[in-house]
Amino acid sequence: MSVPFYVSPEQVIKDKADYARKGIARGRSVIVMQYDAGLLFVAENRSRALHKISEIYDRIAFAAVGKYNEFENLRVAGVRLADLRGYSYDRRDVTGRSLANAYAQTLGTIFTETQKPYEVEIVVAEIGETVHDDQIYRLTFDGSVADEHGFVAMGGSAEHITGKLREQWHAGMTFDEALHLAVALLGEAPVNGNTEGEARVLTPSQLEVATLDRRRPRRKFRRVSGHRLAEVLGVDDDSDDAPGEVQ
Amino acid sequence: MTSTHQNRFGGTLSSAFLSAGSSSFAEFLAVHDPSLLPGGRALPAGVTMDAPHGTTIVALTYAGGVVMAGDRRATMGNLIAQKDIEKVFPADEWSCVGIAGTAGLAVEMVKLFQVELEHYEKIEGAQLSVDGKANRLATLLRGNLGMAMQGLAVVPMFAGYDPETEGGRIFSYDVTGGRYEEHRHHSVGSGSLFARGSLKKLWREDLTPTEAVTVVVESLYDAADDDSATGGPDLARGILPVVAVVDVDGFRRMPENELDPLVRAVVAARQTRPDGPNAPLTAGGE
Repeated sequence: MSVPFYVSPEQVIKDKADYARKGIARGRSVIVMQYDAGLLFVAENRSRALHKISEIYDRIAFAAVGKYNEFENLRVAGVRLADLRGYSYDRRDVTGRSLANAYAQTLGTIFTETQKPYEVEIVVAEIGETVHDDQIYRLTFDGSVADEHGFVAMGGSAEHITGKLREQWHAGMTFDEALHLAVALLGEAPVNGNTEGEARVLTPSQLEVATLDRRRPRRKFRRVSGHRLAEVLGVDDDSDDAPGEVQ
Repeated sequence: MTSTHQNRFGGTLSSAFLSAGSSSFAEFLAVHDPSLLPGGRALPAGVTMDAPHGTTIVALTYAGGVVMAGDRRATMGNLIAQKDIEKVFPADEWSCVGIAGTAGLAVEMVKLFQVELEHYEKIEGAQLSVDGKANRLATLLRGNLGMAMQGLAVVPMFAGYDPETEGGRIFSYDVTGGRYEEHRHHSVGSGSLFARGSLKKLWREDLTPTEAVTVVVESLYDAADDDSATGGPDLARGILPVVAVVDVDGFRRMPENELDPLVRAVVAARQTRPDGPNAPLTAGGE
């Protein structure tokens, strides 16, 4: 009778974490940052249909990197949870904090109890009445939660972009400033670990942009695409309806 | 999935949340917590009860949009249960829904319908078609048939802007969930007989949005004139009908400062002609 090899729990956890990290590092990045009227979400995403950034509720949005089917699953669960809470209590009782908690529990459980962890990293962001009430929660594949301030970058070039954001982001940026910064950083970020390449200039069709805008009525989430995005970036609108692949 | 599996998720995101498939909130509720559905409660058999009833809703289309309005009265038997109830609601940004019948159930159904539409939009990243929305409301209504048979009927009316026809569309329902598209104008509720007569005489092809609002106010006045359960404009208390306009710019509830002069003009004209404006006798002419 063969005896199975003993693998220490530390090794199991480490292997799972390495596996998840590798999966996440393959994808392109997403940036979430505060600007003067709310929160800005920018992702490099050639697909018009498969979103990395989505609306969850009136003041809450979701951004993710990693495996599409896994974070899509979490997104749908989040919309269900938020709508359920809003329906059974009140719209004001749906908070980013409770949603982040639910995600943390779920990701933590999946990480420890299943063979294959989710290869995802997500942000749950909520805008408040003022800049100081904004909340950005970053959740990783093992269910850990971090409460971020000002900005977050996730995905393959997260470290590189975070470093640049630390230098260049400042409170009270306008929408145009924030968007230009985010697009520039996504363009100059190394792709697939290749730091040699020149900075790319991302066009509107390669970008997914959305805001949570404090000045809007009830539903604060709004996508910025097509002509409006091209106008802000000062380029021609090159977006078409060709389906793309989520990377 | 098993209950142990649900427990593993700490009671937060159980398998119902994470299952793939449906983009309907009502279907999700039916799996996760059916007691939250408006029709999900059992009543004792053979008992009927008295609950507040909402009364008259009117709607009409004009070139480029649709107007829906409701009076502000809820009745319970011969009593006025509420003077300022609201019975016309936005369903989403491009449509509205008005309700007659058992007020409590109807308001709950509207709330579910609103979440249903927004839920679909968020999950699918696209709006339902106007017909799709109208059909969803019919489905919700079907779940209430048992209650309707015990006297707690809900009769909604749905109207929305259809970008394909670039105009407004109106849908009416019966208690079994039957869905019928109405053309030009329609009314539901206890005062609807009188409102419909009024709408017939006052509606014309070339109504402007403001004239359309005047027509619905006139028809509600006529309904209140002959139906005790429909409330007329209460100028002393400043209680005006709720008027919703849905056009290419989306849903808009007419603000009181715009509505007030129109309602006052209608009421003032009735001081000299209590039966309202005269429709011309000649066929098709003014």
